[in-house]
Order: sequence, then C-alpha cells, then structure tokens
Amino acid sequence: MGEPTGKPWGGLLGRIGGTRRGPEGSGLQDPSEPAGSGTVYATKALRKFLATLTSRPNPVLLDLGPVIGANVSYFGEQLGCKIFVEDLYADIDRHERDGKGGDLAAFFAKRFPQADGSVDGILCWDLLDFLDPPAAHALAAQLSRVLASEGALLGFFSTASSRDATFVKYVVVDDLNLRHRPYGSVRTRSRVLQNRDIIRLFERLRVTDSFLLQTNIREILFRKPAYLASAGSAP
Amino acid sequence: MWKRDEAVKPPTPPSPAPPPPVAPAASAPTVTAQHTETRAAGARDVVHIGKSVVIKGELNGSEDLTIEGHVEGKIELRDHVLTIGPNGKIRASVFAKAVIVIGEVVGNITSTEKVEIRDNGSVDGDIISPRVAIAEGAHFRGSVDMKRGGAAGAKAAEAAKADVRPAPATTGTAPVANPGPQKVGV
Repeated sequence: MGEPTGKPWGGLLGRIGGTRRGPEGSGLQDPSEPAGSGTVYATKALRKFLATLTSRPNPVLLDLGPVIGANVSYFGEQLGCKIFVEDLYADIDRHERDGKGGDLAAFFAKRFPQADGSVDGILCWDLLDFLDPPAAHALAAQLSRVLASEGALLGFFSTASSRDATFVKYVVVDDLNLRHRPYGSVRTRSRVLQNRDIIRLFERLRVTDSFLLQTNIREILFRKPAYLASAGSAP
Repeated sequence: MWKRDEAVKPPTPPSPAPPPPVAPAASAPTVTAQHTETRAAGARDVVHIGKSVVIKGELNGSEDLTIEGHVEGKIELRDHVLTIGPNGKIRASVFAKAVIVIGEVVGNITSTEKVEIRDNGSVDGDIISPRVAIAEGAHFRGSVDMKRGGAAGAKAAEAAKADVRPAPATTGTAPVANPGPQKVGV
C-alpha cells in the first residue's frame, strides 16, 4: 500500500477488490510502512484531478511540494506525465529564515520559468495557507498563467485556525488515498482562507469541485476555462 | 563401551591425513587466482575520479565511472553506469546508461535505463529517463520526463478511462466488468 499499485486507478479497483482504505477523514496507519512515515487519509478530489490529467496527451504536471520519489514514479511511470518539481515550501522557509518573508510576492512573480499555458495540472497542496495575501495573489497569478486551457489545479485549504509550524508531504498512495507526512517548518500557517478569498485568488480559474473533509481540509479542484485562457496572459 | 567406541573411531591420523592436505594445497592457489582476476577485472571496469581532481570539458568513456571530484562540461557514458560519489560535484550535461547521484549535479541528466538520486544526493536540472528513483532526503529541482513510461502511461490512462467510463447502453448480453454508471470519488 505504501507504493502506488501497478494500475493508475488502483483505488477504484482496490475498492472493488476490497483493498483496505481509510474512511474519509480518518487516519490509517499502514503496518507495512515504518513508524513515523505518515498516516493515510482519504482524498476526494485527487481522482478527478487525475482524470483531467490523463485525458490529455503527454500531460505536464507541476508539483509545488517537495520531491517525493513515490509521487514521481506514480505520475511519471504510471501516468506518463512530465513532472516539474518546484518545492515552494522550501522557498517559503528559506525566505522566512532569512527574514525576507515580505519579499515572497516579488519572488513568486519571477519564480516560474514555464511558458504561459504550458502545464496541464498543478498540485498546489496546502501552500496558500502559509502565505500572506500579497504573496498568495502573486502565486495564484503565476499558477493561473502557466496553467493550460482546461488544465486543473488541486489545492488544499485548512478550515481550522491554527498557527502550527508544520508542512506536510503528500504522498500519493492511489487515487483515493494520500499519505500525510508532517515535517517541521519555520513558517507557520497564516490564516484560514474563506471560500470567497480562494475564489478571488484564482479569478481566472473556475471551481469545479469542492470537498470538505473530516480532517478540516477543504479540497478544491479548479479548472481553467478555455474562454478565460484565451483572454490573455498574466494579469 | 568406552573401549569399543575407541575401537570404532576411524584411524584419523594415518589414512585420511595424506589426501586432505593434498587437496587444499592443490585447490587453494586456483581460488586465490580467481579472486585476484575478479578484483583485477573489477578494477578495470570501474574508473574513479578522486576528489582532488577537477575536469573541465568533455568526458567520454566506455567503462563505468565514479566521480568524487569536480567536473564541468559534458559527461557521456552511453552504455555504462555513472556514479556521482558523495564528494562529487558536477556542473555538466550527463548522458549515461544509468546514473546514481550521491553527490551534487547541476545540469540535465539523460539516461537510457535509470536515474537514482540517493539520500543527500542533489540534482538541479531536468531528468530524462525511463526510470527515476528519488530517495527520501534527496534534493531535486527540475523536471522529470520518463519517455518510455509516456507510452505505457498513455495506455494505462486509456485503460483507466475505459474502466471508469460508464458501460455503454448497447453492451448486449455480454457481461461487463464495469457495473455501469457510478459516481466516482464523491
């Protein structure tokens, strides 16, 4: 269970075949994994995100989290994606350590070398929870810019107010489950983003699915409509 | 009893004594020689570039290579394994059959077989390889393109879509693996 199954839709097949999976929102410790390697939680939006990705020829994926070998194998080998790994969590922490947290907005504006509309899917994870409004807007603008027409963006947003200094590595177990591996960070969560805040952030994208999980995480899947993609490049 | 056992005991000193010493004596040199050859062959197959060595330019080879030093430019080992040791620092485009990174690489890596970034290994650049293994604790920034996986992935995606797609209404009498329209993931 720790490694992705040989089939990209192992979750569905697993469900049919009786693969053990945790109920939504409840953690499930896989005994085959070493202690401290994280807890498995159900995800609702990942499957839809993957469906968007696999419907495109030679999909290009942008992962904003730290590099995870299992995810690279899953998206690269099993789904045939070209993956860009841009660990923005490390960038945020580096800025915070250097006392340059206020420069993040300017940093994000120049951070992405990808061309406009060149990425089919973006794994944003819960990054925006850790950013102040100017940085969040700058990042959202860049992500909207690089996302291709009809491309998808998956974001997680905490609904519980906390100031914990913990980032999470999200390891794809299958299309229905993610292993959460917390690790220490310098930056703390900034604020709880309300729905309207999130929608304003991604004004060039449309929310196609939103799931509120028992883990106090809201999973939101965005899509870039063709009519907005052709409206112009970065604002 | 004591005496009988003693009597049954094989007369070890006289009879087996001559053959055993002869056998090991004859075989021992052969084994030693074989080991020496293996080591020699191994030593010939893998070339090491020590940590005090700095190379600027193009590095081609037809042997496995381990780099502990600094290399800038281009490294090409089309049919062999390149290992960047823990002290190795590479600023180069790398082409090899397999690449194992334990040190640092800045540059693009193209491999026909496998790229492995071990714990504490670091790669800043794009990787093109059918297989990529990245250990926990490794650093990587760039893109990964598993070219051979692309075709397989496309097939897998097709299969997945077929699996998820609702069964057509005109399936007739044949049994359908997919149980028909279903709400997936919600």
